[in-house]
Amino acid sequence: MMKMEEPRVAVRLDEVRVVRGPRVVLDAVGGVVRAGAVTGLLGPSGSGKTTLLRAIVGVQARVTGTVEVLGRVAGTPSLRREVSYVTQTASVYRDLTVGQNLRYFAALAGLRGSAAAEAVERALRTVGLADRGRDLVARLSGGQVSRVSLAAALLGEPRLLVLDEPTVGLDPVLRDDLWRTFAELARTGVTLLVSTHVMDEAARCDDLVLLREGRVLATGAPRELLRRTGAGDLDAAFLHLIREAGLAGAAA
Amino acid sequence: MTAVRTAATASRVLRQVRHDPRTIALLLVVPCVLVGLMAWVFVDTPTFDRLGASILGLFPFVVMFIVTSVVMLRERQGGTLERLMTTPVGRADVLLGYTLAFGALAVVQALVAVTFAVWVAGLDVAGDLWVLVVVAVAVAVLGVTLGLLGSAFAATELQAVQLMPAVVLPQFFLCGLLVPRDDLPRGLRELSDLLPLSYAVDAMRTVTVEAGAPSSVWVDVAVLAGFIVGAVVLASLTLRRRTP
Repeated sequence: MMKMEEPRVAVRLDEVRVVRGPRVVLDAVGGVVRAGAVTGLLGPSGSGKTTLLRAIVGVQARVTGTVEVLGRVAGTPSLRREVSYVTQTASVYRDLTVGQNLRYFAALAGLRGSAAAEAVERALRTVGLADRGRDLVARLSGGQVSRVSLAAALLGEPRLLVLDEPTVGLDPVLRDDLWRTFAELARTGVTLLVSTHVMDEAARCDDLVLLREGRVLATGAPRELLRRTGAGDLDAAFLHLIREAGLAGAAA
Repeated sequence: MTAVRTAATASRVLRQVRHDPRTIALLLVVPCVLVGLMAWVFVDTPTFDRLGASILGLFPFVVMFIVTSVVMLRERQGGTLERLMTTPVGRADVLLGYTLAFGALAVVQALVAVTFAVWVAGLDVAGDLWVLVVVAVAVAVLGVTLGLLGSAFAATELQAVQLMPAVVLPQFFLCGLLVPRDDLPRGLRELSDLLPLSYAVDAMRTVTVEAGAPSSVWVDVAVLAGFIVGAVVLASLTLRRRTP
């Protein structure tokens, strides 16, 4: 679908396969993530979204095929400065304050002194927690904790942000704010790969990848998918694509 | 591995502990209570003076082993280790950070326990007290690093806690406290040479009976240091960036 070696490609996948025990979690996954765009990764739970994201950030074992990130093999040490990953369940220390968490991750990102303090402050403003720096994470609500986790990924100005369902449990206003932030980041050249299963979020992505049972079912811009399927909204479009694939499978 | 990231990790771990004052209290108070209890049990006999120093080395080892195996397991399972593995932090940074943080706690613990044992419980040793402190810290740090390694073999906190008897009790039977190591049956005597706690008890026994800072203590401490380095290296091999 996409041509090889486009200059503005952040992630390139080819024949990616991951086997966990007897189960094939990902199979023959290919495609590209455009640099400076927001790409949505969609699919029901168990479709392999998290595994694919983990392969891209280089922490998934037993990956075969090609996973190329910012021109390098996924997992290359130099990528750890340029790629930030937010896991599905918030991965911050509950027995530290919000500020202590972020200062630690800032130090790991190589930030020091006033640069670190500014980065922490900026990240907290971005996720709407500017006044909670002194609060213990354990005392925050679930949604707030996942925002702390997101803020930790924004430190150190990564070129690629990989976010696994970052908006689960957030109220609509905050979700809207975060998606605006994602778009803004993309405008400054940051590439975002965001998994979600909320369709109104899918509509805000520049590109979509639909994953089902470890395979890529469809890719394209939201409008393109609507046109191709003739559906009125993305929900209907995906149903159409899934049924189509099911029929093709039955015929084969 | 970088000094900055190791130090950042160590101070992060210490900040976590600081938010848990009850753990700090247990770390500092429990060895004192146990030493005091033992002194009371053996009141009016020379037994406390004979074994007190060894016990001073043993309790911190056990306590540190349990605490670090659980704390490290939490890091492995809470998702934070997975995140750390996507950052520039090295695996050795993480482990040395933990070792330094709990090593610092071990120093405080040893100072408190030795002070209590000597001035409150009336422990009388021939050697210098600072040697006693150094050996106690070395044994506690050994407990820290074995705990970090042990966490790799536990999938739950329940399992982590049960590692303690599995790792510590065999060493306790063979370290020379119950039966002098030279009197152990063949096979067990040789086995005891391979276990780190034997060297801890040897060192403590030397401090108990020999004046000053005898050189054989430093040989034992050097062996303990070797075990510490070995445990960190093995633990870093169990930290995988890529997991299934």
